[in-house]
Parts: sequence; structure tokens; C-alpha cells
Amino acid sequence: MKTLLDCNKGCVVKVLKLNTKGDLKQRLISFGIMKEAVLEVLEHAPGKSTIEIKVGKMRIALRAQEAELIEVQKI
Amino acid sequence: MNEVDPKACPITANHIKVALVGQPNVGKSMLINSVSNAHLHVGNFSGVTVDKTEVLFDYEEYSFTVVDLPGTYAFTDYTIEERVTHDYLCAEDYDIIINVVDSTNLEKNLQLTSELLTMSKKVVIALNMSDEAEKEKIKINAKYMSELIGVPCVKVSAVTKEGIGELIEAVIKKHENVRNKPKLFFSEPVEEEIAQVVWYLDKHRFESANTHRNIAINLLKNNKKTYATLHDEPIWTELQPILIEASKHIELHHDSDDIKEAFAEEYAAFNRGIVAEVVKQEIKLTKRTTTEQIDSILIHPIAGIPIFLFFMWSLFQLTFEVGAMPMEYIDSFFIWFGETLGSTISNDDIRSLIVDGIIAGVGAVVLFVPNIIILFIGISLLESTGYMSRVAFLLDGFFHKFGLHGQSFIPLVTGFGCSIPAYMSARILKNDRDRLLTLFIIGFMSCGARLPVYVLFAGAFFSPEMAGNILFLIYIGGALLGLAAAKLLKLTAFKGLEEPFVMEMPKYRLPSVKLIWHTVLTKTMMYLKKAGTYIAAASMLIWFLSNYPHNFVIEESYTSIISMTNKEDVKIKLQYELDEALLEASYLGRIGKFSEPFFTPLGFDWKMSVALQTGLAAKEVVVSTLSVLYSLGGDVDQDSNSLMGAISKNISLASAIAFIVVIMIYLPCLAASVVFTREAGHIKYFFYLFAFTSITAYVMAFFAYNIVLVLT
Repeated sequence: MKTLLDCNKGCVVKVLKLNTKGDLKQRLISFGIMKEAVLEVLEHAPGKSTIEIKVGKMRIALRAQEAELIEVQKI
Repeated sequence: MNEVDPKACPITANHIKVALVGQPNVGKSMLINSVSNAHLHVGNFSGVTVDKTEVLFDYEEYSFTVVDLPGTYAFTDYTIEERVTHDYLCAEDYDIIINVVDSTNLEKNLQLTSELLTMSKKVVIALNMSDEAEKEKIKINAKYMSELIGVPCVKVSAVTKEGIGELIEAVIKKHENVRNKPKLFFSEPVEEEIAQVVWYLDKHRFESANTHRNIAINLLKNNKKTYATLHDEPIWTELQPILIEASKHIELHHDSDDIKEAFAEEYAAFNRGIVAEVVKQEIKLTKRTTTEQIDSILIHPIAGIPIFLFFMWSLFQLTFEVGAMPMEYIDSFFIWFGETLGSTISNDDIRSLIVDGIIAGVGAVVLFVPNIIILFIGISLLESTGYMSRVAFLLDGFFHKFGLHGQSFIPLVTGFGCSIPAYMSARILKNDRDRLLTLFIIGFMSCGARLPVYVLFAGAFFSPEMAGNILFLIYIGGALLGLAAAKLLKLTAFKGLEEPFVMEMPKYRLPSVKLIWHTVLTKTMMYLKKAGTYIAAASMLIWFLSNYPHNFVIEESYTSIISMTNKEDVKIKLQYELDEALLEASYLGRIGKFSEPFFTPLGFDWKMSVALQTGLAAKEVVVSTLSVLYSLGGDVDQDSNSLMGAISKNISLASAIAFIVVIMIYLPCLAASVVFTREAGHIKYFFYLFAFTSITAYVMAFFAYNIVLVLT
């Protein structure tokens, strides 16, 4: 299983599943991070603690813990 | 904040109440400002508006009330501000919704729009930032879009004010119209299930203000409120199995066990369809947008943090260096003004009240206006360019180690300006524990009102070349102390699970000069107004307390000795002693003397002790208190009339540093304490905060004093 956290900078991936529920899942969905969405990894903060991704035209910052919950597939 | 047009009267037949809704950072407040000439605070990050604000204005024969609601990504109650919006839209009474969307990112914005369309409310869509969209060569066919979704869509730009008139016309037209249904359709399987529920509601002639379709969608989406209302109805027993069955079908269709996720996918599919139909974008040749290019430098894993520190350092250098330039003129103006005005007043007491009390006290505060202006320009640049979210991104990992949320950065930075909006903006934090923790340490971020004290002491003890660095050190030191305090609180009082960090990084925008000018002007005027009213009153009170009761016994005994000597220098020395003795015998002197033993371990004399106590009201009062106390007593040297001179002469370096440490840590001011209590939700938190900051301040100042004593 590959998660968003495993992706390197510049990687373009497709979301397979969100391994979370409740508020956080709603939050991710409202940002457009949902099944079939295409994400691009833009930047890692020092120590890979936070990552910046691009969904559509929006740039979103996520913490490593959250990125780990997003199951992705390379495209 | 909101300017009310006296003509606007909400109780007329032609009154339209508008709810302004949109995702964060799409320019809702800016749109209101350009529609009504109000002056709401705007910035380039999500969470600028955290509470609803009403603005009234007239247009032709109509009067409008526009309610500016905090931005929300979707209909969720994720954070307090989003709850404000959601509750308002569901429960309050209003005529029409203006949904503001960002034309440059329509698909994402439509997520909220599609949810709004399922409510039985009239909606007008404002396609904002149309000027930016044009620059990015994004073409939106607004007319076709209006036809497709069945609600009017109007291109506007809050910046250039283009399309504002059309938007208002569209709102009026829509308001006059009998309801026409928005066209939002789901996929066939979902529509079938909705039809099933609607059929059932129709059959039983269920009475409700909302349409049956709306109720059916809400039920299928697991909307708690709709459930609660229907739960008490007799039809519920029959309805429930139908709903369970319908949900199962939808979940099966979406291959998901979460009905909300299924609906989100439905909305997303609808939105993709709309965007594909109405948006035409010429494909760009450059792979990277400007924002991404700037980001590759500013949030670079290695260079990012040094760049940020450099920006902050430059800001404080500028604050001191440039701010110091006009200081001398302001200072000499007030001295001249005091002397000129004083010479026209014959009564000694009134002259002293006006010259030594009000003018000295207010002048000491006004002196720092240039510094305040520069600091506010810096903060408003940080807010309006979009850099703020980048710093939150960079520092999240670091903050996280101290138990703080990356988004805490936004209220914390706001705290460098003023603690009051900072306490308010902590609402962007979802979790109550995170929010309380942030509220507790906002005070460690030195606010603008403390700047005068720092500039005063830094200027008194350090060379002008060093003073800027010292300022930077004080601010960074305060922030680091805040982080340490956060860690301590997280380990003790606010233990708990981590909250997720998901944040939008807005597009970089060139801040408009007008906007910055306006923000800085408003804040500076507020500062001056405070100096003219609150500080002037406090200065009068302090003057009174330091002049009364007048001890004639001391005065006479000194006067008789003074008249006996002939030597000038002895006379001056005795006069000095007399002034000091009189001051010490005053009410303020008594308070100071009483509390002095408590502050002696920190190296404070009674004047400093008093200044700290009056500083609980507001930090500017510290400066005016010192100014009144030192202009009445001690300083008789005609050459150094200024307060800086008096301070460097009367206070030791160790005491001064301990004093700065206390100012850095203890309660910001009375007004901020009130806001803190309101935002924290209970008075007990105020007492915790008071105890926590006072004890920390005392202990830290004690160490600072003794360490400096040993070193020097």
C-alpha cells in the first residue's frame, strides 16, 4: 500500500482511498481530496513534517500524519 | 468596523437581507467593501473574518442588509467560524444568498455552491476575481452557467469594482421573482432514491417550509437537524426503512461505506460537468505558475526558515531605525508645546496637571507612532501577500514539537500587532484544546502597544546600531518563551491527541497600496485615539495620584533649608530631594512604596513597580506613567529633558532588562483580558492566565536580573 507520504517531490498520483473517517475525512473531501482526485506533491517542509500538494488549482499543506492516511497510486 | 449609512433603514418594504457566503479567501469582505464603502478587514489567508458582520447600504429605492459570514469550504462544523456560517444559513431569517466564488478556481468553489443549491433558498452567484481570471486567460460563460444551474451568475471584481451594479440588479431581480428552482441533478441512481423519499413525503402531505426534495436530500446526507425534526413525526416509523434502503443503494453505487463521501462525489461530478461546459482556459505553455515559482524559494526546505527570519529581522531594524528619525521632532514638539502652553497658565496645579500630566503622558505615547506605523505595515504585508500561510507551513513541524498547531501561527502573528484580534482569530483552530493553548500563549507575542516600552528601553541603554537587533531579540525571545510555555502547558494542562493539519495555501497577491494604506491608517488612528482619550485620562489620574495628598510639612521644612543656603548646586540638590520626598508621600508613592518590597528582588524601584501595575490597564500607560513620574520628580537636569535620558540615568541595566522581561510576559491589557475571557469561554481561564503569566514573568525577571548583575 502506497500513501501520499511515500511520494517524492514532483510526484503525480491518483487517490485510491481515504483511510480515515469523520471530521478529517469531511475536511479532506471539502478540499477536493477524494477518491479519483489527482494530486501533485509540490514541496516538503524541513524534515518532511509537512508537505504541500496541489489538487486541481488549489495548493494545500498537510502534515505527515494526514498524508499517511491517503492511499494513492502513481499515474 | 462597519460603517453605517444614516440613510439606510432596515425597516422598509424594500428591504433585502443578503447572506454573503463563500469559501475562505474568495474576497467576500472585499466585495462588501466595494459595494457599500464599508471598511471590513481583509487579508490573503483563510480565516480573516471569524464572526458575522452586518453592513447596511441603500441602492435606488432598496435598502440592503448584507451579512458577511466567515468563509467555509463546505457545509461542515469543522471549526467555530464554519459553525457560525452553517448555523446562520440554516436557522436565521434572510431573503437571499450571494454566493461569492473565485473565478480562477471555479471547480473547487462550486463544491460549496452545489450544497447551497440544495437548500430551498434564493441564490445569486458572484463570479468574483473576474479581472484575475482574465489575466490567467480563463473565460467563463456566465450566461450559459446561469442557464445550466438555474440561478443568476454575475461576473464581478471587488478590486476593480467591475460588475458590482449588475450584481445588485441581479439580487433585486431574483428577490422580486417568485422562486425558480435551481437545477442541480445527481446521478440517476441517487435521483431515483430521492424520488422515492419525495414520493413518500408527498403521499403523506408532509408540511414543511422546505421543499420535499430538499428534505429528502438532507435525510439521505445524514443531516442531523433534519433527522431531529422528522424523528418526532408519526411518519418516521415508515420513513426510516425507506431511508435505510435508499442509503444502502447509494453506498453500493459509490462503492463506499460513507454516505457523505458518496454525496461529495456526486457534487464533484456535477461540478466537473458545469466547469467543462462553461469554462474555457487557453492552455498555458509555462508549467509553473508564478505562485509556485515564488514558493520554490520561500518555502525551500533549507532556505525557507532563514529567509523568514531575515524578513522579521529587517522589519524590526526598520521599526527602530526609520522610526527613530522623526522621534526627536515629535519629542521636541511636545516639550515646546508643554512649555508654551504652560507659560500661559498661572495656576501652578493646573499647569502641572496639563504640562506634566496630560502632555507628558500623551506625548510619551504619541512619540512611538512612527514605530507603530512601520510594524503595522509589516504585519499587513504579511497578511495580504499570502506569505502568512507559507510561514505556517514552514513552522508547523517546529511548532508541532511544542504541542502547537501549525495554524496557531496565524493568531500568534496577529498577536504581534494586537492581542485582541489575535484572540479572535484563534477561532480558526478546530479543537478547543488547541485553541485554549493558543489563547494562553498569544500574550507572549509582544503586541504593538508594548513596542513603545521596548523602544524606550532599547534606545536608553543601547547604541542606535544595536537597538534594532535588541528589538528583534525581544520579539523572538518572547516568541520562543511562548513556545516553551506551550510545551509546558501541553504536557500538563492541555494533554491530548494531536489535531490534523490541513490548510489551504493561497495564491500570492501583490498587496494593493490602497489596502495597506487603509489598514495602517485605521490602526494608527486607533492608536492615536487611544492616546488622546484613554491614555490622556490615565495620565491625569496618575498625575493626580502622584501629586496628592500634598505634604506641606515636608515642603516647608525643605523650603526653609533651601532659603538658608546660598550655593546654587546645593539648592538644586535640595530641590531634587524635595520633589522626590513629595512624590513618595503621594498616593501613588504610597502604593509604590507598599509594593516595592515585592519587586525589590527584580531590581525595580517604586516608580517602576507602579508603572508595571498601571500597565495592567494598557501597555502604553507604562510609558506615560514613567514619563509623569520622572518628569515630576528625579530629573532636574535641563539638558536631558527626554524620558530616555531620565531612564538611562535612574535605572540600572539589570533592572531594565528584568523590567522588559516582565513587560514581555505579563497580561497584555484590560481590553485584551476581556476578549480573552470571552473567547476562552469561562472566567476561570482568565484567572489561570493571570496566575500563569504573572508567575512566569516574576520568575523569569528574577533570573534575568540576577544573571545580568553577575555578568556586569
